[in-house]
Amino acid sequence: MSNPIEQFAVVPLFSPPVAAGSKLPFWTFTNSSMAMVATVVLITAFFWLATRKRSAVPGRWQSAGEILYEYVGGLVRDNVGKEGKPFVPFIFSLFMFVLVGNFLGLLPWSFTFTSHVLVTASLAVFIFVSVTIIGFVKQGSHYFRMFFPAGAPLVTAVILIPVEVLSYLSRPLSLSVRLFVNMTVGHIIFTVLGGFVVALGGFYVLPGIIPLAGIAGMYLLEFLVAALQAYVFTVLTCIYLHDAFHAH
Amino acid sequence: MDVSSAKLIGAGLAAIGMIGSGIGVGNVWASLIATVGRNPSAKGAVETYTWIGFAVTEAIALFALAVVLLILYG
Repeated sequence: MSNPIEQFAVVPLFSPPVAAGSKLPFWTFTNSSMAMVATVVLITAFFWLATRKRSAVPGRWQSAGEILYEYVGGLVRDNVGKEGKPFVPFIFSLFMFVLVGNFLGLLPWSFTFTSHVLVTASLAVFIFVSVTIIGFVKQGSHYFRMFFPAGAPLVTAVILIPVEVLSYLSRPLSLSVRLFVNMTVGHIIFTVLGGFVVALGGFYVLPGIIPLAGIAGMYLLEFLVAALQAYVFTVLTCIYLHDAFHAH
Repeated sequence: MDVSSAKLIGAGLAAIGMIGSGIGVGNVWASLIATVGRNPSAKGAVETYTWIGFAVTEAIALFALAVVLLILYG
């Protein structure tokens, strides 16, 4: 069985002229970059179509755009509160980027850029650092109140505060790893089941159809997981933002 | 014992960690079913938390799976 990890290799699309054996420059256009560009182009095209005519009674495109925007706006309103309103554009861009990126990876022969921990970690670390800075800007040293919830007996502070600090510091880790591992594992399952199909003689004989049915079922699950992980990434960002405004 | 055999055994052992997540995800959906069974009108209120709870619990299983992949292919 071939190595299922090979599908995640980042390969340059147009190799810049470098000396043989030296590392490629960081601005090399790779398949990961292509997937990100395709995502942004798709999102922009969709919203350009959605906002072309601003009619009071929305047509189909405008309805779809409004549904998406209201959904994320509702997420921010419910999880952050009224102070979250300036952050709706950022949360919306984040949600659409991760959602369309996840879905684009489900197309055969495409590349899932969210299946790389560097990509998800960049997003997660950016969110974590921003939320921490916002927390200190909005609440000053009251932000430390987050590590010691009011009403807990003082004796428990000895174990409570280290545990709370540790769980706060693990937020970017869990945020990034959750998204990247979900995407990676889904695609690895596809490859492994595909290997079974080939090993059983191909999909045109009966034994080979059974793993193929498994792949079809997993595809349905991966559609759910793609949408769900984008939603969970966004919701957790909103919850962390809420913590920045009101410490616990 | 050579490294590749040790890797396979280590990967198998690391996959045991997914048991906890299985119990956890079962808990999440059992709570949802019990809640909707007792009070069908509460469905909308708990549905959001159910999906968030499922995703974060599933993440733990996938952390264990990430360790497996790290052992096998890292």
